[in-house]
Amino acid sequence: MKLREIAAVLNATISCGAEKLDEEVEMGYSSDLMSDVLTLDTDNLVLITGLVNLQAIRTAEMADIRAIVFVRNKKVNQSMVKLAHENGMCLLESPYSLFKSSGLLFQAGLKPIY
Amino acid sequence: MKLTFAIQGGDFIHAGHPSSEVKKVLKQLNIDNKIIKNVVIALYEAEVNVVAHAYSGTVNVEIDENKITILVTDEGPGIPDIDLAMKPGYSTASKSVQEMGFGAGMGLPNIKKNTDEMWLETEVGKGTKVKMLNYFS
Repeated sequence: MKLREIAAVLNATISCGAEKLDEEVEMGYSSDLMSDVLTLDTDNLVLITGLVNLQAIRTAEMADIRAIVFVRNKKVNQSMVKLAHENGMCLLESPYSLFKSSGLLFQAGLKPIY
Repeated sequence: MKLTFAIQGGDFIHAGHPSSEVKKVLKQLNIDNKIIKNVVIALYEAEVNVVAHAYSGTVNVEIDENKITILVTDEGPGIPDIDLAMKPGYSTASKSVQEMGFGAGMGLPNIKKNTDEMWLETEVGKGTKVKMLNYFS
């Protein structure tokens, strides 16, 4: 699934990495717990989370995750955008809940990791 | 090559900076991406442990031709029961640490999973040392 399609499905705004929207991701993982994200062996995935802080970006950096969707209408801050930009990441912001976002993406064909 | 970083307990803003720097260096050395990911996830977990539990800490990194050795030393409360701390899901993290997205009791087990060798030394009331080793091939 292209990041562009993910943004459309989630009615999301792009806060970083608009030039990455044609990149493909195969899987999605929804979690507010970065400890769990760090245990994943997969990296071609989009992280869907309501945890809006610098450590969400750091976690994605270490786990080689290229795109994050922040749900529940949370807004990223400047230092998050800066760090994401340095790491070539795409950040999206969706007004939908974690449940609704995950459901819509699953329905649209994004695969679960497990 | 040797690198040293300081970690401040409670400082979630800068947590991950050493891991990020190590990642850049390993990329420049053309190390396999899978190995880089293992190394930086283990180091990041160790950093978060220091930030979450200790007062201060130091990261010492040593990179040679075929391996990377990282020693994370902290001044902190130490770990009273290592077996319990190594058990997935066991956590003593505070609510504020959990609000940062951590403290699920996966840190030490995940360090073990992502390293080729891991040693843990701890003294209650003094601090903890975690040594991590990854081979490049």
